[in-house]
Amino acid sequence: MDKMPAWADVVLIPLISLLLAAILSAVVILAIGESPVEAFNLMVDGALMRSSGWGYTLYYATNFIFTGLAVAVAFHARMFNIGGEGQAMLGGLGVALACLYVPWPHWTLAMLGSTLGAAAFGAAWALIPAYLQARRGSHIVITTIMFNFIAAALLNYLLIGVLKPTGSMEPASAKFDPSFALPTFQQMFSSADAPLFRGAPANVSFFLALAACLFVWLLIWRSRLGYEIRAYGWSQTGAKYAGISGTRIIIISMLISGGLAGLMAVNTTQGEAERLILNSTEGAGFIGIAVALMGRNHPFGVLLAAILFGFLYQGGAELALWTNIPRELIVVIQALVILFTGALDNMVRMPLERIFLALRRKES
Amino acid sequence: MTLMTKFLGAAAAAALSAGAALADPALIYDLGGKFDKSFNEAAYGGAERWAEETGGSYKDIEMQSEAQREQALRRFAEAGFNPVVTTGFSFSTPIAAVAGDYPDTKFVTIDGYVDPEEHPNVKSILFSEHEGSYLVGMMAAMASDSGTVGFVGGMDIPLIRKFACGYAQGVKAVNPDAEVIANMTGTTPAAWNDPVKGSELAKAQIGQGADVIYAAAGGTGLGVLQTAADEGILSIGVDSNQNHLHPGKVLTSMLKRVDNAVYESMTAGADLEAGVEVLGLAEDGVGVAMDEHNADLVTDEMTTAVEDAKAQIAAGEISVHDYSSDDSCPALTF
Repeated sequence: MDKMPAWADVVLIPLISLLLAAILSAVVILAIGESPVEAFNLMVDGALMRSSGWGYTLYYATNFIFTGLAVAVAFHARMFNIGGEGQAMLGGLGVALACLYVPWPHWTLAMLGSTLGAAAFGAAWALIPAYLQARRGSHIVITTIMFNFIAAALLNYLLIGVLKPTGSMEPASAKFDPSFALPTFQQMFSSADAPLFRGAPANVSFFLALAACLFVWLLIWRSRLGYEIRAYGWSQTGAKYAGISGTRIIIISMLISGGLAGLMAVNTTQGEAERLILNSTEGAGFIGIAVALMGRNHPFGVLLAAILFGFLYQGGAELALWTNIPRELIVVIQALVILFTGALDNMVRMPLERIFLALRRKES
Repeated sequence: MTLMTKFLGAAAAAALSAGAALADPALIYDLGGKFDKSFNEAAYGGAERWAEETGGSYKDIEMQSEAQREQALRRFAEAGFNPVVTTGFSFSTPIAAVAGDYPDTKFVTIDGYVDPEEHPNVKSILFSEHEGSYLVGMMAAMASDSGTVGFVGGMDIPLIRKFACGYAQGVKAVNPDAEVIANMTGTTPAAWNDPVKGSELAKAQIGQGADVIYAAAGGTGLGVLQTAADEGILSIGVDSNQNHLHPGKVLTSMLKRVDNAVYESMTAGADLEAGVEVLGLAEDGVGVAMDEHNADLVTDEMTTAVEDAKAQIAAGEISVHDYSSDDSCPALTF
């Protein structure tokens, strides 16, 4: 039975959680002798009041949309994919191979190639943990985490050896052909007298992320496969009784999940760095878990949550630039948001449910 | 319309004068963070020394993400900071992308290389870490009784292999039969700050007979130095002078004077001369640390050998192979 109306679940709970996180963050900032009001103004001004700030916010959000969707799709089958990080790293390898070794005639084709490469490599990296879960019962959480480390080691091996141009100090691949560079928002939306998104890395892959949102919505709620995935997630035995193969659902949902995580690399590797660097994922795979939790595993929720985290990242950068708040505390603020929206969900939910139940009793 | 242009002109003039009045230097630390007890902290030390001596002020920022590099460079350049000093090789590519847009700002990349022909407002400062490591390698081989010495690197990147390669060459120059055990802590940036793993690696190397261990691993090295002191063997510090951490237990430290590079860049200010500068033994950019904490450990024989080698390297009579020149090392396989 529904204990409270749907709008309270999707709007009220995240808002109250955010508010609590903001209050605690303000206390933390006060404790180190800075002004929370000024810090908040700086974050909003730097992330949302300038088009270049939006360019960074949306750049980070693009990453989080992909990894958030990846976690959400797997979660509908009750698979907890913590391997978004590793799958995104391998996606980067797919992008790099597509951009380094294929002479694409135009950036649109290069983007198509790198998209396919990223999705294929990301999905392949998710396949082995999926198989181990489906056939051998090895827990997906453990195997995907371990695969993150294997991915890091593999990438490191390739970037200090095979892919690194000789003599370069940096563990990074050669630069991609400049004609493969994805159009940034600056190139797309600026006119000569109104420069917008100056210098910001947001690029055309943001629209790829929006398309991925639509794809996931169609997949989960408008397709037979999505129905099977949800059915398996709700009840494995029930799904089996209905003739749904658990092995098939686990493997397919993890492949889609891994592919989505891999797609993040189109944004970071082809869109921003234009070469494969070691640290291109930067924990976005883990942020994806918080984004999916906060977005209630719905693509639209993931989109909003991803933009919120993009704002926190870009706002955090502004804080680091113009205040003396050390970066460790900026991480604390980001962590508080994750803690309240993800892990401490029930702390807000339970009292709220009680309030709604009490109200309903009064009405009846 | 004219009013508007006047306003704009006035605003531009105000912005310009504000920029000129500012002209403070800025310092950008790499992902390792300001207080890594090593490379970035040395840069911080140099900046603090400059601020103390001149009474000037500077702005600094620690990176949190890769996309921030270009952002920080642009924002600092736009705010009128000059010069903008960066630590770590990862800044060379973002600087090359940004420098052309701010021709009046001087950028400094420490450990990175940017082509001076293409970007006349960038100064690249490089260190000959292999030469300094060669000297500490010689000392390690002379101090070792077992004929086995160790090397613990941080993250497995070409720069750290350059340290290891120079070290191994120094060891072999003194004792061609000596064995060098080289281990890297990891393949993620976490490897720079994992003293527990550093300690484990040091124990493993001691188990294989090593009695001098050189740590070039940032914060991880602190674990190596601690374990070496606990187990009664000698260790070698890196970047800053780490002899004082365990007096009488740290044979020496391979100094990399990042602090001097930052100090001098800030002193030169906006008049900084761009181009490429390589700081080696001859320029005292790298060297070995001798102080009261390791005086009892260093024999006269070592001092003479190191001084001789230093003179010979400076004169070009000994050439130490640089790993990054061809991605291979004659004295060590990775």
